[in-house]
Amino acid sequence: MSIELEKILRPVDHPMEPFPPKFMTLADGSEMVVRQVGREDMPSLLPHVAQLMLVERDQYDIVASRVYAELLSYYTHRVQDEYVLVAQIDGELAAIVNGRLVNPEVGMSYHTLAFRRGLRVGAHAFAAKMEYHIDILKQKEVLIVAESPIGFRRWMIEYKLEKRFHIPHELGGVPSWALTKELFDAARGSLIVGRRPVPGKLLKKAQEAILPPSDPPKPSKFLMAATRAKNDPTGTSLMLQRWKQEGRG
Amino acid sequence: MRNVYVAGLGLTAFSRLEFPLVELAGYPAMQAMKDAGVDRVDHLYVANMGGSRLNRQTGLASAVVDSLSLTPAGAESIENGPASGASALKQGYMAVASGLHDVVMVVGAERMREVNNLEATDFVATLTHPLAEYIYGVTLPSLAGMFTRLYMEKYGVTSRHLAMVAVKNHDNALLNPFAHIHQKITLEGILDSPEAMTNNPYVAEPLRFFDCCPVSDGGACLILVSEEEAKKLKKPLVRLAGVGQATDTHTVQERRDPTDLLAVRAAAAQAFAMAKVKPSDVGVAELHDAFTILEIVESEEVGFFKKGEGHRALERGETRLDGRIPINTSGGLKGKGHPVGATGVGQAHEIVTQLRGEAKKRQVKNARVGFTCNFGGFGNNVVCLVFVREG
Repeated sequence: MSIELEKILRPVDHPMEPFPPKFMTLADGSEMVVRQVGREDMPSLLPHVAQLMLVERDQYDIVASRVYAELLSYYTHRVQDEYVLVAQIDGELAAIVNGRLVNPEVGMSYHTLAFRRGLRVGAHAFAAKMEYHIDILKQKEVLIVAESPIGFRRWMIEYKLEKRFHIPHELGGVPSWALTKELFDAARGSLIVGRRPVPGKLLKKAQEAILPPSDPPKPSKFLMAATRAKNDPTGTSLMLQRWKQEGRG
Repeated sequence: MRNVYVAGLGLTAFSRLEFPLVELAGYPAMQAMKDAGVDRVDHLYVANMGGSRLNRQTGLASAVVDSLSLTPAGAESIENGPASGASALKQGYMAVASGLHDVVMVVGAERMREVNNLEATDFVATLTHPLAEYIYGVTLPSLAGMFTRLYMEKYGVTSRHLAMVAVKNHDNALLNPFAHIHQKITLEGILDSPEAMTNNPYVAEPLRFFDCCPVSDGGACLILVSEEEAKKLKKPLVRLAGVGQATDTHTVQERRDPTDLLAVRAAAAQAFAMAKVKPSDVGVAELHDAFTILEIVESEEVGFFKKGEGHRALERGETRLDGRIPINTSGGLKGKGHPVGATGVGQAHEIVTQLRGEAKKRQVKNARVGFTCNFGGFGNNVVCLVFVREG
């Protein structure tokens, strides 16, 4: 590919203030660091995202597939003004959140992908993303959609997002919702928490390496088994369980 | 009456299970039949609370008996709110003890995650008084919140005590592969850290997120048999030795002292008397901790501790896995989960597992008497069971 053509294909990023790292204590007492990562970190993140692409619970498959494409696009300069934040516990990758700027005043939230469940890891990482748009980049609002019902409860309901249904979101053209500066301020201290600066030792541990998630959601043995069972009034899955119990497969 | 024994056990994980309700009942039933070594039963009792409303499934017992190819055995569904499971076990007990049947299957199954949390909370709230409570927006968390506030003021229970119950039961659930919540929590993370209020927000003050049980799907099964059938088994003999049931006013506000759970007290006393054992004989117990406060209060009402001193025993570690009277070794409703119609059967499953010595990492040493308290409504219909290991 010629350099000239690459110049045309590659969007020019606008300068963005960096996200200052923060940390918070989780319900299990561990401390999670949220920090920004750059293009150079994408190759180390992609394999962890890829392993979630076949997890058919809670739209992990869709979200991971899209995040994979977004991180790859970021790495190969095929998306404009994207950023990526990671959440780490003891260096271990706990969540990835990303988004981009539509213009200086409006941001577009892409995804929140949690590798650990049940600790508000994704919620804390999402809050950090909103903080980046509103507090650091001084934007007026962020456009948001959710692929999963969990996401809908976490973002649309908990933050009481406003409808922007006339704006199709970049994720599938779905009607958008918006977190405004006012809504963000209302959530400050309750949903949006965390402390700065991150203690040196904690930050150093996070920056040294992004360690693989130790217990990420795993694909089921039989692809689409859960979906099939959900729509299966015939008892086929009961029969499969019976065979399994009898050691027949 | 004849002695009644537990011959077989079956359980699904308590979690979100994307299978039809009939299968949530069928899977543990097959496990229990295999465990008991039986290929026929005389009768099925199927405990379920929400099938008709949440899953558009009525006549559940008829569906289950056929899906298991157990026709022409008799089959009935039992609905008694969150105490449906223990109520079904009581029915199974009576059927065997009376000599009506020799082999009875008691299954509990519930699929609550088919609806969202708000709908599930509303569904459970329909067990409250329709005119005096429900129409005013009362939910089980709100009743429990008011109850907790009263209890705190009267007996000195604090948020830290509630959190200690949650931490203990989450720890126990981590040792139970069937538990819904496999999540370590700490007092620092849910109570003391600057982010604790976000990690553990109020649900119904003073109750917080980690004071409330999850909404779960799940199924559990016990097979009850006569003494003659039990002697054919090659398993430790566990006898269902005591059954007690009592009721209280439908509306909580009509109780003389709302902090007294009189139905728990009466049901436990009946069960202990029938089994000819005392609360101090109990080596392991499953109490209905839909809210953390309930574990503390029930531990007093059933006679493990004096009224108002359950939280002190908790402080001393007496209810821990290695304590004097381990409570909710399965993780309880808090950690193991609460698929309402299945919960009582699930509690019995844990106790029999413990008495058989099959609880592995969470095994309590030398327990020979086990106890369950299945709490329906907000304490208005309670069933308690006592199990004794023989031999």
